[in-house]
Amino acid sequence: MFGSRWAGLVGGTTSHGTLGAVLVLGKNLLDQVVCHCLDGYPLEACGLLAGSLEAGGTARITGLYPTENAAASARIYEVDPRGMLRADRDAEAQGVQIVGVYHSHTHTDAKPSPTDIDQAPDPDWRYVLVSLRDLHPSVRSWQIQDGKITEEPVVLE
Amino acid sequence: MPVDVRLPNILRPAAGGQATVEATGETVGEVFDDLIRQHPGLREQLLTPEGDIHRHLNIFLNDDDIRYLGKLDAKVGESDTLTLMPAVAGG
Repeated sequence: MFGSRWAGLVGGTTSHGTLGAVLVLGKNLLDQVVCHCLDGYPLEACGLLAGSLEAGGTARITGLYPTENAAASARIYEVDPRGMLRADRDAEAQGVQIVGVYHSHTHTDAKPSPTDIDQAPDPDWRYVLVSLRDLHPSVRSWQIQDGKITEEPVVLE
Repeated sequence: MPVDVRLPNILRPAAGGQATVEATGETVGEVFDDLIRQHPGLREQLLTPEGDIHRHLNIFLNDDDIRYLGKLDAKVGESDTLTLMPAVAGG
């Protein structure tokens, strides 16, 4: 729908991340992530990322599961547990797995907060942040491992 | 009775890499006891020191969240499936 409108708003073009780590997703999926986050404003929006984790550190995102923010808050999010269950089952049926989560920050940077770091559920997952603070959204992807964050490049296909 | 327990990726290393483990019990609690007996490394990831379900876990008995079925006292039946999911949250 938006084509490459968001392409210029994707961060992580420097190699801060773990050597070889990169997030790959289609422009249409990026559009969907940003639109879902905009639709959720002024509350935080969240959803699950499905795809595969490849040798060498590439996370290839092939699908999304926008979910309800059970916390219904502008400051925190909670993926609705039943939404997580449905997403996990559907991903398995399609031969992929849940490999990460995206959520929006309504008034701060697209960078994991202390809460995000503390509650990160899986060190192998990718954490995509969408900041709605400024006129144009920004999108960045991160790994969170042992309390530390490392940014990774986002490659649009 | 035996039930299948489906584990999320993060718990599989403690279960020898298995995605699904068969465990026995009449309640969720008993199934957990058997699961932990088979794989002791799961204990601290499933339960708090007080014996409650770890807050980072959501647990489904088939399609139902066990928080609404009595938690560890929820009764399990033949061919039931327990699915353990990470609680995904942040801010």
